[in-house]
Amino acid sequence: MRRYVAKRVLHAIFVMWLVATVVFFGLRAIPGGPIRAMLGPEATPSAVESLRTQLGLDQPLYVQYAEWFSGMLAGDLGTSITTGQEITTLIAAAFPRTFSIAIVGVIVGLGLAIPAGIVSATRKHEPADYVATVAAFLGLSMPAFFIGILLALVFGVRLGLLPIFGYTPIGEGFVPWLRSIILPGIAVGLPYAAIVMRMMRSSLLETMNEPYMTTARAKGIDSRVQLYKHAMQNALIPVVTVAGIQVALILVGSVTVEIVFGIQGIGRMLVDSIIDRNYPVTQAVILLVAAIMVFANLAVDILYTFIDPRIRYGGEP
Amino acid sequence: MTDYETTNDCGGTDSDRVDTDGGVDAEYPGAAPPERFRDDGFVEPRRTFRERLVTGLGNDRKALAGAVVVVGFIATALFAPIIAPYDPNTTFTILQEPATSSTTADGEFFHILGTDSFGHDVLSRIVYGARVSLLVAAATVLFAFTIGTVIGTVAGYYGGWVDSLLMRYIDFQWAFPTLILAAGIIAFAGGLGVWNVIIAIGVAFIDDFARLVRGEVLSIREEEYVMAARAVGMGDTRIMSKEILPNAVAPIIVQVTLMIPLAILAEAGLSFLGLGVTPTTPTWGLMLSEGRQFISQAWWISIFPGFAIMITVLAFNMFGDGLRDVFDVKEGEVSDR
Repeated sequence: MRRYVAKRVLHAIFVMWLVATVVFFGLRAIPGGPIRAMLGPEATPSAVESLRTQLGLDQPLYVQYAEWFSGMLAGDLGTSITTGQEITTLIAAAFPRTFSIAIVGVIVGLGLAIPAGIVSATRKHEPADYVATVAAFLGLSMPAFFIGILLALVFGVRLGLLPIFGYTPIGEGFVPWLRSIILPGIAVGLPYAAIVMRMMRSSLLETMNEPYMTTARAKGIDSRVQLYKHAMQNALIPVVTVAGIQVALILVGSVTVEIVFGIQGIGRMLVDSIIDRNYPVTQAVILLVAAIMVFANLAVDILYTFIDPRIRYGGEP
Repeated sequence: MTDYETTNDCGGTDSDRVDTDGGVDAEYPGAAPPERFRDDGFVEPRRTFRERLVTGLGNDRKALAGAVVVVGFIATALFAPIIAPYDPNTTFTILQEPATSSTTADGEFFHILGTDSFGHDVLSRIVYGARVSLLVAAATVLFAFTIGTVIGTVAGYYGGWVDSLLMRYIDFQWAFPTLILAAGIIAFAGGLGVWNVIIAIGVAFIDDFARLVRGEVLSIREEEYVMAARAVGMGDTRIMSKEILPNAVAPIIVQVTLMIPLAILAEAGLSFLGLGVTPTTPTWGLMLSEGRQFISQAWWISIFPGFAIMITVLAFNMFGDGLRDVFDVKEGEVSDR
C-alpha cells in the first residue's frame, strides 16, 4: 500500500512538472512572440523592451526556465501586466469564491446522485427509476451556465428569493454567503449529479448480479445489510473514480457560472486575462486548474486504499 | 434469419439485461454457421454490422427519437436560409416579446420567439446558430478522430517509446478540463474565430480517441487473424488498416456519437465566455451570453437558445446511448465526460 501511494504521488508530481513545462514553452511559442501579442503592433520599442525585461524574456531560455520554476516553487507566480498586482494576491482573492461554488456543487451533486442512484438501481423499471434516469439525461444535456440562467430567472427574477449577482464573503455571515452561492452551486452541481448518478446506478446493478450477492441473498441476510454492507462496498469504487475525475466538470461549470452570476472568481480571472492578453495571469490560472485536477485525481487514488481491499492488502487496482 | 431478429433484445437499455436470445435454432443458408460460443452455453449468431444496427436501433424508441431530432438539427443547419423567417442580422424593434409583431418602415413582422437587444429575430438567429454548432461539432470530432486514431493505433500496435510518449501526452491532458484546455489554446493561439475554436476543442478531444483506440488495438493485435496476417507477410500499415481498425469500428462509432454533443457544449461554453467565434456570428452560446445581461427584462433572449442547446445535445446523447447498447460497448470503455 505504501508503495502504491508513493507511486501515485510521484506520478502527480511528474504531471505537474509536465504541465508547467508545456505552459512555459506555450507562452514562448505564441505566433509573433508574447510581447507583440500583448502590446499590439503599435507598441514603441522601449515599451517592448521594458516588458521583455519585466517578464524576464531577455534572458537565455535555460535561465528563464530555471527562474520560472524556482519562482513557482517559492509561490511567486509573477505580476499581472494590466494592474501590476502580484498574481498570488489576485488568486488569493478569487479562489475562495470559486472554491465556495465548487463545494456547494459537490455537496449538491453527491447529495442528489448517490441516493438517486441507489433508488434507481434497487427499483429498476419502476417509476422512480424512470424519473431519475430521465432527470440524469437532462442534466447531462444542459450546460451549467444555462442551468444558472434558468435558476437566476426563477429564483432571482421571478420569485425574488435569492440574489443573482455578486458574492458575499463568508466573513460577513454564513447565511448571506450561502445565499450568494447557492444558485451557482446548484448550477454546477446538477450536471455533476447526472454523471455520478448514472455511474452509481450501473455500478450497483452490476454488483447486485455478482455471485457473492446471490450467496448473501441465499443466506437470508437482511436486504438493508445486503445493500449497504455487501453491495455498496464494491459498487462505490467506480463511483469514487467518476466523482473524482468529474471535479473537472465542476471547475468548468464554475468558470462559466461565475460569469452568469457576476462573481469575480478564478473563471472570471481566466477569461479576463485571455481577453486582455494578460499572459502571466493566464499561465498562473491554467497551472492552478491543473494543480486542482492533479490533486483531485491523487485524492481519489489515495481514497482507493481505504475502500478497495485489493489495494489495502498490497495489490494493484 | 428472421428467427432471431424477432427474438433478440439488442434494443434493451440496461447493461445488466439477461439475453434471452438463444439463437441456437437460427437457420443459416449455406455452409457452416458462424457462431460465437458464450459462457452461458448459448451460441450467438454473428450478425453483420448493418443487421445489428437496424434491428438494435429499430427496437429502441429512445434512440430513434434521438435520431429524428439529430436529422432535424442537421437539416436546420443545412437549410437555415430557407427555414429561418428572417435574415439573422436584420434589425427590427428591440426586445420584442415572443409571439408579437414589430412594425418597421417596411411593414409588420411577426416574431415567434421575440427579438433580442439588437432587434434581431431570435428564432432566425437560433436557426442560423445551428450552422456554427454543426460545423464546429463535425469538424472538431473529425479532427480529433483522425489524429487520435492514428496516434492510438500506432501506439497500441508498436508499443515502446511511441506508446510511452502517447501515455505522457494523455497524462498531460488529464490535468485539464476540456474547456480550460481549449481556452488556453485560444489564449496562446491568439484571436477568436471558428477555426481557432475547432482546433482548440479538437486538440482537447484527441486523448479521448487515442486512449480508446490504443486499448482496442492492444487487445486486437493478439488475435489469431492478426498473427495470420503477419505470418503471410502482410506489412504493418496494411495490418493496421485492413485487419485491426475495421475490428475496432464499433466503439469508435459510439465514441464519435458521444463526442459530438460534448463538442456542441464546449463550443457553446467558449462562445458564452466570449472566447469563441467572432461576436457578430449567430451562435447559441453568444445568444445566451447576451441574454444573460437582459435576464430581468427579456427572458426569451437566453432561454430559447438554451433549450436549443439542450434539445440538440439530449438527442445526440439518446442516439449515442442506443448505439452503445447495440454494439454492446461498456460504459466507461468510451469516455463521455
